[in-house]
Amino acid sequence: MNNTATIAATPLSPTLAASGWRGLIADWSSDRQAFHVSWGKAMMWIFLLSDTFVFSCFLTGYMTVRVSTTVPWPNPSEVFALHVGGADIPLLLIAIMTFVLISSSGTMAMAVNFAYRGDRVNAAALMLVTATFGELFVGMQAFEWSKLILEEGVRPWGNPMGAAQFGSAFFMITGFHGLHVSAGVVFLFTVAFKLMRGDYDKAGNYQIVEIAGLYWHFVDLVWVFIFALFYLW
Amino acid sequence: MNPVSGQQHPIGLYLKIWGLLFVLSTMSYLVDYFHVESYLRWALIVAFMLLKAGLIVAVFMHMAWERLSLVYAILVPPLCLLVLVGLMAAEGGHTFLTRLQFFH
Repeated sequence: MNNTATIAATPLSPTLAASGWRGLIADWSSDRQAFHVSWGKAMMWIFLLSDTFVFSCFLTGYMTVRVSTTVPWPNPSEVFALHVGGADIPLLLIAIMTFVLISSSGTMAMAVNFAYRGDRVNAAALMLVTATFGELFVGMQAFEWSKLILEEGVRPWGNPMGAAQFGSAFFMITGFHGLHVSAGVVFLFTVAFKLMRGDYDKAGNYQIVEIAGLYWHFVDLVWVFIFALFYLW
Repeated sequence: MNPVSGQQHPIGLYLKIWGLLFVLSTMSYLVDYFHVESYLRWALIVAFMLLKAGLIVAVFMHMAWERLSLVYAILVPPLCLLVLVGLMAAEGGHTFLTRLQFFH
């Protein structure tokens, strides 16, 4: 659990270690610590790194089709406008979604703080607020998708507004992000429930809240890039 | 930092970052709202994007307080993506010119 490794490695010099398979196993099981964080935290970071590459490939693919099409790209500012009080406010829905997700990151950061102080009631409450913000985000995304599919006639293979690639890039990128938000909401509810039940009290280790937080902030982080590169570009 | 006490920072700091992220998001929204165009638009959008991303990773994800071994393991590999982006930008430009030549 603690950072200082308590297990002393067998003092075998590399030259004295067995060769072949045994040597390989001895070399790879030397009980070295690189990161000095818990296993769970290191694994979450490594997963998020892999996810970074997934989303980057989507966004790079989107960039490629956008710069290579000779048909004008639909203007997201107009496509995602909302009709409020007799006027079209550009990108309004997306702006609200952005603020909702940022706020959820704020409440999540506070939840981690309370969890480490051992205040599990406030930590769980803040996690539920975070999850609710997440649900609100997914709900608004469902509204956005329905509007685009039913009213604007956007399809993955074409749309009436311009370049055919607009739909495929939009559904792929926002769909995969929305999937991450939905999974995050389930994750947060699960951890909040276990926190309230007192599952982490015996060990007194509340790091799972920080690990769940890492995932949630990452979802917010990805949205920062989608907001800038897809909606504002 | 042992996992039991973990990453603890004042709530006030989180609230300040939250406010800052709100301001930066509003600024990026206003870039679109006031129809800022061309290079200035891209420069502003990318600058606000990177500032927001930096704040989230450094403060909310506690990267600012982690050991350098973890920081570099996570932040260096994505830099490879810049090569991919460069390659695909060149490829996309070439495709665009080819299409102009043959389909217009």
